[in-house]
Amino acid sequence: MCETCGCGDPELVPIEIQESILAGNDRVAAHNREHFAGAGVLAINLMGSPGSGKTALLEATAAAWSGKVRLGAISGDLATSRDADRLKAAGIPSLSITTGSSCHLDAELVHKSLHDLDWRDLDLLVIENVGNLVCPAVYDLGQAVNVVALAVTEGEDKPLKYPVMFRKADLVLLTKTDLLPHLEVDVSVIEDGLARTMPTAAMIPVSAKTGEGMDDWLTWLEAQRKAVTGAGVSTKAAAG
Amino acid sequence: MHEYSIVQALMSQVETEARKHGAVSVDRIELKIGELSGIEVDLLRTAFEVFRDRSICARAELEIEVVPAEWSCPTCRELLEAGARLQCPDCKQPARLLSGDEIVLQRIEMEAA
Repeated sequence: MCETCGCGDPELVPIEIQESILAGNDRVAAHNREHFAGAGVLAINLMGSPGSGKTALLEATAAAWSGKVRLGAISGDLATSRDADRLKAAGIPSLSITTGSSCHLDAELVHKSLHDLDWRDLDLLVIENVGNLVCPAVYDLGQAVNVVALAVTEGEDKPLKYPVMFRKADLVLLTKTDLLPHLEVDVSVIEDGLARTMPTAAMIPVSAKTGEGMDDWLTWLEAQRKAVTGAGVSTKAAAG
Repeated sequence: MHEYSIVQALMSQVETEARKHGAVSVDRIELKIGELSGIEVDLLRTAFEVFRDRSICARAELEIEVVPAEWSCPTCRELLEAGARLQCPDCKQPARLLSGDEIVLQRIEMEAA
């Protein structure tokens, strides 16, 4: 009620907020990040389209690093626990977050799931996000790095079509390269698209099937682990 | 379609502020949404229409300022052209995003009781 002249108009109060709408998520993400760093665990947010080869890549990574590095995974899936089941079969301690209709993981979902996984014993925790090149890019989960899997079958124009996702990527894994001889795909066009969407473009071509590029991928992971733990060699696997 | 989650977070922010100031209703909400934020403004408006009913925002006007993406060189400060490779052609430095990834609640106007 206006008390200046008693005209009866309601009094409008402007409030300056200037806060990110995602501030709540970002607080939980920061909390997750502290947890991971404190335990010396490298957390990766692995994103990509459905069928881009995220799960196969993790299976191949676990096989290559067997006994050397402890790898665990949290898989976000709309309706099934198939990804987590596949990873468990590959010897990766995993759990599934069934998101229902939600198209992305958020920091709170990851935080809750940590209670059900012995993640502190891990060297590398991969958070396998929901298959989608749009929504997952918006939500910080508390990861140290973002990795985007892009299959050679998805088309050369994906980086330019989904600039938000590729801007957030620290590394792009160009997957299923064993299929290149059967496709009319020009990898240099994909690289050019990445140069226009990633300030520091980084791409490793890999094939989980033939093992091509896996060494480069593991070397990259090792460098990230050093940055997080200050040590290149896993002491946890030896202790376990 | 993560815009529903964004609107839910927005609503809870607005409701918290309204409670804090003892407001009876919210008249206006001002947002800043960047071109590279990953938020589709039309979808955000649609989601807002869905959630506003029977909330304190039922009659609120939603004003969205869309912020274009601007990249520049951290060394020579030169702006890059839209769609260019994200490396300064002169300094070879990775470009820095000056603006365009905002998802910000700027102001609320509410009616005091």
